[in-house]
Amino acid sequence: MQATLLPPGTSAPDFALPSTLDGPLGPQDRRGHPLILVFYPADWSPVCTDQLTLYQEVMPEFERHDAALFGISVDGRWSHLAFAKDRNLRFPLLADFEPKGVVARAYGVYRAQDGTSERALFVIDPAGAVSWSYVSPTDVNPGADGILRALEDLAAKGVTR
Amino acid sequence: MRATRWEATLVLPVSEDRDHIQGPGEAPVTLVEYGDYECPYCGEAYPIVKEIQERMGEQLRFVFRNFPISTAHPHAEFAAEAAEAAAAQGRFWEMHDHLYEHQQRLRVDDLRSYARAIELDLDLFDKEFEEHVHADRVHEDFLSGVRSGVNGTPTFFINGIRHDDPYDFETLLTALNGAIGAGADHGGS
Repeated sequence: MQATLLPPGTSAPDFALPSTLDGPLGPQDRRGHPLILVFYPADWSPVCTDQLTLYQEVMPEFERHDAALFGISVDGRWSHLAFAKDRNLRFPLLADFEPKGVVARAYGVYRAQDGTSERALFVIDPAGAVSWSYVSPTDVNPGADGILRALEDLAAKGVTR
Repeated sequence: MRATRWEATLVLPVSEDRDHIQGPGEAPVTLVEYGDYECPYCGEAYPIVKEIQERMGEQLRFVFRNFPISTAHPHAEFAAEAAEAAAAQGRFWEMHDHLYEHQQRLRVDDLRSYARAIELDLDLFDKEFEEHVHADRVHEDFLSGVRSGVNGTPTFFINGIRHDDPYDFETLLTALNGAIGAGADHGGS
């Protein structure tokens, strides 16, 4: 069955994945606040690097909206730790590693033919529903503008600041 | 790798009052670059832009805005602030050239030596630099880039539309001349 991207309004599936922080993380850990989920195909690949570096740089703007950001790929935690250290990424990276891609599948963004996730963005509202989702071509950096718009929409609706 | 399937446009229009501009206001094509002084790709683009400016002369207006990615380039933010401090003394482009021609040396001591080399008022430069007077301006440039679809550096806009093709001399020149042609087709407006 071809998975489809979880659309706005659907409940964001909970999960607990190993992360570059001490413990496992999932959307339920950020309930009450907006959360940005960034699925990317792989640590170390050129587009991912630019994309995640940009998000680190834009982090103060995300934080102005009280939002946190989790990066997710099928890489293991040790790769994530080395990658985050090398690129000065201070947001958590989550390992969708075992069973491989199970969270990407739950969000409808697993690419079975490649064994990785899509390059996909989700903004989850404080109540735990998807408020915006987007899949970019895997070789295209989707940038931060869409995320900021989604956060501004939440603020405009009075859901967040 | 850079190609996109949508069109991104400049959200902060070019302003003669605000922007650092080379070339006439009535030039038929405007090239805006979002750049980082420590980014090696921007360093590669620097002589290409110079060559394009030389070739196109009065046909081209060139604008540079800051997009320092400190996460990757620890000296980029201060270098951008130094360029803005030079701008406050009317010497932006001299500093801009010094920075790109000495990309490997962007420590604070280096920035001061460039300020001295272009004969800035050093006391004023030091004061503004230490107080980060120009940090807000640099950040405003950065955010305007984020909202315009600048996802890495350098990113170019031609008459307000993001240039997603490569930025080698021939490709960029062809795109700029194409924009002049497109403008002429629409009555030059």
